[in-house]
Amino acid sequence: MSNNNKIIEIKQLHKNYEVGDETVRALQGIDLTINKGEFVAIMGTSGSGKSTLLNILGCLDRASEGDYWLDGSNVKKLKKNQLAEIRSAKLGFVFQSYNLLPRTTALENVELPLLYNPSVSSKLRREKAEAALVAVGLKDRMKHLSNQMSGGQQQRVAIARSIVNDPVIILADEATGNLDTRTSFEIMALFQDLNEKGITIGFVTHESDIARFTKRNIVFRDGRIIKDIETENRARAIEAIRELKNEDYLLN
Amino acid sequence: MKLINLFKIAIAAIKRNKMRSFLTMLGIVIGVGAVITMLAIGQGSNESIKSSISSMGTNLINVMPASMNRGGVQQGRTASQSLEEKDVYYLQKNCTLIDAVSPEMRSSGQVVFGSKNWPTDVGGGNEDYAVIKKYEIATGRFYTHQEIKSAAKVCVLGQTIVKNVFGEDADPIGQSIRFNNIPFKVIGTFKEKGNNTFGQDQDDMILMPYSTIMKRITRETHLRSIVISAKYEDKITETSTEIEELLRQSHKLKEAEDNDFDIRTQEELISNFSSISQMLLVLLGSISAISLVVGGIGIMNIMYVSVTERTREIGLRLAIGGKGKDILMQFLLEAILLSVIGGLIGVLLGYIVSNTIEGIMNWPILITTDSVLLSFIVCTFIGVFFGWYPARKASALDPIVALRHE
Repeated sequence: MSNNNKIIEIKQLHKNYEVGDETVRALQGIDLTINKGEFVAIMGTSGSGKSTLLNILGCLDRASEGDYWLDGSNVKKLKKNQLAEIRSAKLGFVFQSYNLLPRTTALENVELPLLYNPSVSSKLRREKAEAALVAVGLKDRMKHLSNQMSGGQQQRVAIARSIVNDPVIILADEATGNLDTRTSFEIMALFQDLNEKGITIGFVTHESDIARFTKRNIVFRDGRIIKDIETENRARAIEAIRELKNEDYLLN
Repeated sequence: MKLINLFKIAIAAIKRNKMRSFLTMLGIVIGVGAVITMLAIGQGSNESIKSSISSMGTNLINVMPASMNRGGVQQGRTASQSLEEKDVYYLQKNCTLIDAVSPEMRSSGQVVFGSKNWPTDVGGGNEDYAVIKKYEIATGRFYTHQEIKSAAKVCVLGQTIVKNVFGEDADPIGQSIRFNNIPFKVIGTFKEKGNNTFGQDQDDMILMPYSTIMKRITRETHLRSIVISAKYEDKITETSTEIEELLRQSHKLKEAEDNDFDIRTQEELISNFSSISQMLLVLLGSISAISLVVGGIGIMNIMYVSVTERTREIGLRLAIGGKGKDILMQFLLEAILLSVIGGLIGVLLGYIVSNTIEGIMNWPILITTDSVLLSFIVCTFIGVFFGWYPARKASALDPIVALRHE
């Protein structure tokens, strides 16, 4: 790769699904490059192909055609177990429904990805998990059980889990979809904060209200990218929260 | 993945779902416990029926002198003098299928003590006689080898004699009774045996050394009969064949000569016993098979459900870098831990329940190593297998599909 800043490079990516006799063309020739330090919103209506792309970016699924380089290695040629290793070493996931292990402490949830990495000692695992929880602002809730936390807190634990292995990119799938507006903004503030610290983020959402906090918006329709622009008037989530408070005040 | 991490994950998963782990384990506990208890009761009953049947003497073999023909006149058995003490020693030494062998002498007459008297039988053999004929000592002792050698004037009394000659609650030990005008010292009494199959009172009997009867009462030189207890109840025919061959050798009979003795076994009892025993075996076998199948299905269901229920968890583990192999190992380890712990608790439960049943209901029970091993191994194997099988499917899942599972 000529440019060391490229985290993700995709060329002429196609993804076809066989549904009965029909072939569904979910992605039709995508070209995309994401550089280090970007905060990209991948937008589109349901069925536009954004989730399919996210799955491929996340090495959970493989493309039918085209090439995908993740941090310099061509993922297309890798086998199932090698993909798992890539996920373990280079990727972090945040899901809409958090997907925390129930009845398990925040700390143990965050440690989980490192348990699958044999090169991490249990001491280092603990230290990294604690650092990640501090980074998401849950320093005082490490020993709390996941099911005793609010949605926002659970998503923070999930974000801590996604950064604990120092991934090259965090992929978030509708990460604010289950949260109310204020908590969504708080989560976006956290993402902005992490991004400012140099973490690259790919963020799938269908809400433009959320997408305005990112740096770059990519819009999908029918398996193609129809728009790829820098975010105009990028909003700061902390300020948005402050404005919400003002609105609450005015309403009362 | 490190094994220690795997253990941590598996143990954490078991702890996290205490109720489900408990239920899974319960399936195995009940499965193992039920099979052990069933088999304990079944085998206990089998043993007790076996022992009550064999107390009737299924393993008893009698050898009598054959009736001889002298000048066209058929003689009585006692007249023929073909059995000798050396035959007993010969059998003792060479017969492999017998437990014990004893000569047998009999006589009858009047027993007198003080002013009372009673008509009765005397019988006797060597020191094994009581064992062969299943007489148990109630008080005092049986006669010894020394007393047999010296033809000592000692006797052991049946309860009917004690009651009629000494009266209830009397202690006859050390007293002297007279039989055919010869004094005998009472050295013991034997427990009540009740009537035999022919209605004969088995307690109306005095036992003494066969040598005493031979030398002091009947003055015979040859044995009336030889009694033998066979080692194996199901090998009576083989045993009697072996006895026949050995006695022919001992008597130096030629090929063409007929036996000068008769061997009698309790064939009807034996065939009854073996059919009862067979029935019990079938019953026992089907009970334990059904218990194992039912227990196994329970284990199978809960294992299957518990893995299916955790599909999303599996999806997450795959997404954050777990390999299929790691997932499989985790679930396998969970299944092994649950099955083995459950199995051990089940064994314990089986012992406790069996002993409680024995204590409360007074049923005979018998726990054999075989039944414990069988139930433990089968249930544990089912547990592990049905933990492994759905886990294998789960570990091969597409992470996207697993994550979307509701």
